[in-house]
Formats: sequence, C-alpha cells, structure tokens
Amino acid sequence: MAEITLIKNPAEQQLAAEWAAAKAKLPGAVPLREAAFERFAKAGLPTRRVEEWKYTDLRALMRDAKPLAPRPGADVFAKLQNAGAELGDLEARRIVIADGYLAPDWTDDNAHDPGVTITGLFAWLTEENLYRLNSLPEAARSDIAVSLNTAFMTGGVVIHVRKDACIEKPIHLAHVFSGQAAAAIYPRSIVIMEPGARLMLVESFEGPDGVDYQVNTALQIFAGDGAHADHIKVTREGDKALHISSLMADVGAHARFNTFLYTTGGAVTRNQLFLRFGGEETVASVRGATLLRGKQHADTTMVVDHAAVGCQSREVFKTVLDDQSRGIFQGKIIVQPGAQKTDAKMGSHALMLSEEAEVDNKPELEIYADDVQCGHGATAGDLDEDLLFYLRARGIPQVEAEALLIQAFVGDAIEGIEHAGLREALMEAVAAWLKAR
Amino acid sequence: MPLLEIKNLHVEIDGKKILNGLDLIVQAGEVHAIMGPNGSGKSTLAYVLAGKADYEVTEGEVLFNGENVLAMDPDERAAKGVFLAFQYPIEIPGVATMTFLRTALNAQRKQRGEAELNTPEFMKRVREAAAKLSISQDMLRRAVNVGFSGGEKKRNEILQMALLEPRLAVLDETDSGLDIDALKIVADGVNRLRSPERAAIVITHYQRLLDYIVPDIVHVLSKGRIVKTGGKELALELEASGYAQFQEAPVAAE
Repeated sequence: MAEITLIKNPAEQQLAAEWAAAKAKLPGAVPLREAAFERFAKAGLPTRRVEEWKYTDLRALMRDAKPLAPRPGADVFAKLQNAGAELGDLEARRIVIADGYLAPDWTDDNAHDPGVTITGLFAWLTEENLYRLNSLPEAARSDIAVSLNTAFMTGGVVIHVRKDACIEKPIHLAHVFSGQAAAAIYPRSIVIMEPGARLMLVESFEGPDGVDYQVNTALQIFAGDGAHADHIKVTREGDKALHISSLMADVGAHARFNTFLYTTGGAVTRNQLFLRFGGEETVASVRGATLLRGKQHADTTMVVDHAAVGCQSREVFKTVLDDQSRGIFQGKIIVQPGAQKTDAKMGSHALMLSEEAEVDNKPELEIYADDVQCGHGATAGDLDEDLLFYLRARGIPQVEAEALLIQAFVGDAIEGIEHAGLREALMEAVAAWLKAR
Repeated sequence: MPLLEIKNLHVEIDGKKILNGLDLIVQAGEVHAIMGPNGSGKSTLAYVLAGKADYEVTEGEVLFNGENVLAMDPDERAAKGVFLAFQYPIEIPGVATMTFLRTALNAQRKQRGEAELNTPEFMKRVREAAAKLSISQDMLRRAVNVGFSGGEKKRNEILQMALLEPRLAVLDETDSGLDIDALKIVADGVNRLRSPERAAIVITHYQRLLDYIVPDIVHVLSKGRIVKTGGKELALELEASGYAQFQEAPVAAE
C-alpha cells in the first residue's frame, strides 16, 4: 500500500507530541481515542483541498497547536461561578465547564427535576455505552476536527432526559477558558433524549481577549421519537481565540429539533453541524446569526441529512460583516433515497458593512428522491441606501439608522427563538455589538 | 427672514440637469402649491430639500431660517424642522412602526437638546395622532409600511408628520393613489398643522388636493424653474387649460 508521507507543519507535530505525552493520562475510551488520533495522523489538519474546509484552511490558520489545558483547581471554579451569567436571566440550570472540565467537586443535584440526570462524561462512560461516542452522523465520522476532539476530549456532561419528561428549566452549559496562557481545550458533551422528552439546552463559550487559546468542542444529541429539542449556542470567545465546534444530532420520528447559533467573538470560528433526520415527519429549524468585525473569520458548515419520509427543515443564517472580516456559509442538504415528501428550505444572507469584508456562500442540494420540495437562496449586499435615507429624513442619524437596519436583518433570524428571555438576551447582545461599532 | 429661501438653484443627477435656476421664497404661515408636468423637477426639488445624496447642486443656495441647508445631513435637516412626505414611502421589514416613530422623535429631540419622551407620553401622542388619521392599532404593530396599502402608506407619512411637528412640510404627490375619503383624511392632517410658525409646500399634479388644502400661493414648475406664480385660482386655471402652454417641447418622462 502506497503511503503518502505528509510533511507535518508545527501544529501537526505539536499535536502528535501532545498526544504522545497525554494519551496515558486521558480518561477512558482508549481504543476510540487511538483510532481517532490515527485518522488525524494520516490525514493531517484539513486544508483548502478538503472541500468541507475549502474556505477555512485549518492547516494554514493554525500556526501551532497549544498544549492541553490542565484541569483547573477548585479556586478557579470559585472565581468562574458566574461564567455565562451575563447572557441574561435565562432562569436556567447553569453548569460551568472550565477549560473543558467540570469542577472537581461537581455532582448532579437530581432534586431539581426527576426527569433528567446529568452526569460527568467519564463518570457516565462504561463499556456498554461507549458506542454512543462513536455513533456519529456519516459526514462527521471522517471529519478531522471531530477526530481530534475524540482523541483529546477531557470532559463535559451527559444529559439524559427520561421518556416524556418535559424539563422546564433550560440547562446551560457555560464553557469558559480560564487561563492567562494559551492552551487547548476539548470539551465533549452528550444529550440523550428518550421518546417524547423535551429539553432546552444553551451552550455558551467565552474567554479572555488577548490570549490565543484554542477550543475544539463537540456535542452529540440523540433525540428519540416525539422528542422536542431546543439548542442554542452562543459563541463569544476572546479576540485571539480559535474556536471549532461540532454539533452532531440524530433525530427520531415526529420530533422537533431547533438549533440556533449566535457568534460574535473569536479570531477564527468554525461551527460545524452534522444533522440527521432518521424518522418520519420531524420538523427542524436550523438558524444562526453571526456578527463579525476586524479581521474575524467565521465559518458555518452544515450537513443536513434527510433520511426519512416527510421531514421538514428550515435553515436560515444571517451574517453581518464589518471591516476586513470574512464570513463563510456552506450548507448541504441531502435527501436520501426514499425520503419522499421532504420539505427543506435553506437561506444564507450576508450584510456587508465594509468594502473590504468578504463572504463566501455555498449552498448544496443532493437529492436522491423524486417527490420533494427543496430550495436554497443566498444573498450578499450592503445596507439599502433608500432605506437609510428614509430613516435619516426622519431625523435618525446615520449610525442609528444603520443600527436599526442591522438589528432588523439579524432579528429576522433571532425572533423565531421560542424562549423569550433568550430572544431578548440575544437582541441585547446585538445592540451591544452595534454600540461598539 | 423667510422660513425658506431658494436662490438660483441648479441641480443635476447623473450629469443630467433637472433644476435650472429655481427661485422660491416661503414665509412662515404660508402654504405653497407647486404644480407642473411630469419631469419638470418637482420630486427633485423635494429630495434636494430633504438631502438625498444622489443629487448634485451645481449652483445656488437654500436657506432655512437663514441657515445653509445644503451643508446639513438629512437627519440634521429633519431635526431643524424639514419634513418630506415621500411620494413612494418605502417598506422597512423588521423595523417595528412604534420603534421607528420613537427613535425618530427622540433622535430629533436629542439633536435639539430636548429630553426624550417617556413611554406613556409617547404612546399617548401616537394613539391620538393615529386615531385622527384612522390608523389602526394593528397597523402600528406591524413593521414600517410592510403590508400597507398605498393609501395606508400615505396616511402613515402624515402620522409621522403629525408626531414630528415640522416647521416646513414638503408633501410630494401625497394625493397620488388616494381615493376621496383618504384624500380628506390626509388633507385634514395637513390642515391641523397649519399655524403662523409653520409652512408647507404641497407638490401635486392635480388641482383636486388643493380643494382640501387651500394654498396661499401656487407656482408652476416647468423644465426646472418656476415659470408662473399666482393665487389659488391659478390651480383652477391649470386644471382647465393644462400644462401645454408652459412646455415648448415634449418633456421626457420622469
């Protein structure tokens, strides 16, 4: 067998060294980790020649790989107890995950709701449920970012919602990077929803400005028949951070699946979504809003796999780009043979506030069934001069007029969020972003 | 000092001359009607007064209360009291009508150094003004002009005018597309604002609106300049004789 010898770049060499040093100490799932690292070692970091990474050449963007962050002590967790809280009053059950770890003394307080059990990832992991970690939608299996997360994952939670349980309080996983020195963090969490279960999960990511830390996070959601899952991810990393996120969802029949990705922070952000609708008549909404400035780079790459009859999905992504920022949307909808009556509509819209901003839109449809309704639309444009003039003719100064129109543009995606507190929190976050312009 | 003084105004758009030495003086308390055929420059005059960017003033000046309006941004002009009721009010999806009205009113107050209106006072003013213009609460709940009929859009312009209480209102063919009932509602809205401190320029193609908003002075605009000025009877004359007498050659469509 001919082997291609890759010349490894410093980041790849450092990842290999990190692996050699850490693998004996990493908890659990050894064969899985080894296989995952092997995939990375063979392929290297993805470059623009890998179609899914065409616009985010990770090998070029990652000059180096940071060392694995150590587990923070109790004192660090004490300091970070309010992480994620400034997002707004969500009346959520908030669990702080610092540097990819739960607090050393963390235990689930089951008293809050008997319908849900929350366990630390490695406390939950046994031979019997190891398969969950490996149950990935097809497109995620060969993905190198997912492989690296599997190889290095340090912690996270497993949320198990019992059959027909409706969890009133949202669960908020507040991820935070605590360090002063650059490090890499690999959180991994799993949500298992039995049939008929209902849960809202919020994930937030934050960290200090000025530190070039690296985040590679993964979340797996298994939603059973008739389940109703709401997922919202708010990414506001520090200005030098590299953030890679993979959301993998396997959704059953007659279910509701809603996800919303809000992104403003980070130097480079890559949001990957691998969604599979494996049961009939499921309704899904996949949306997001990204606001970028400076030289920020944010990439949303999504594969939505319609594998059953009669599912409906709506994908709407809005990107606002200022200065020299770059926004990328790659959305692929697959309709499997037999997935008749699929109804999928995808839209990606970019608002360019600067001549120097760049947007890349790549919608794709792969349809193997003949009785489907699928469509996509992509637009990119600047603020409408006539609208601006109308507002200014009423006495609204330029900056405020622009803010009103930008809020309207982004609000169109945000207003579909059912949770009023979160909807308001995000609109306020948009207003704050605009104020800093 | 006149409220508005336009001296020898020359305006081009994309290198094409539209206004050719227009002169106009409007005193506080007066209502002027400007009539003229398509392409005579009526809408250009309205846009130039409001400050639309595409128009290039090549000569002349416009003084509002003695100040050079042409040097001001559109929002600054609005705060000083210039209001344009658009011929084609545009839809602003995603911007709620109430948010828009409130932002506009408070932005103007702020620029004038006045305190912002509190919510109850603002709501009261909107409700009162809306009721007089037969604007429903449902319309106020929608995004600006989105899903409004032509007549509703025009009434919404007058609502904005009523709330903003401008010193000078410029109404650009506000009568177009209105049935007789809507025309009366709009005219009443304009008449309510008449006062010794305020003035209005009513741009129209037809005499009909002037039965309800009776002007003090009527001008005929042709080929970018005012060619005739008279009293309200001039409008009736024009209705009878048409604009042909003011046109030496066919005029290109607007």
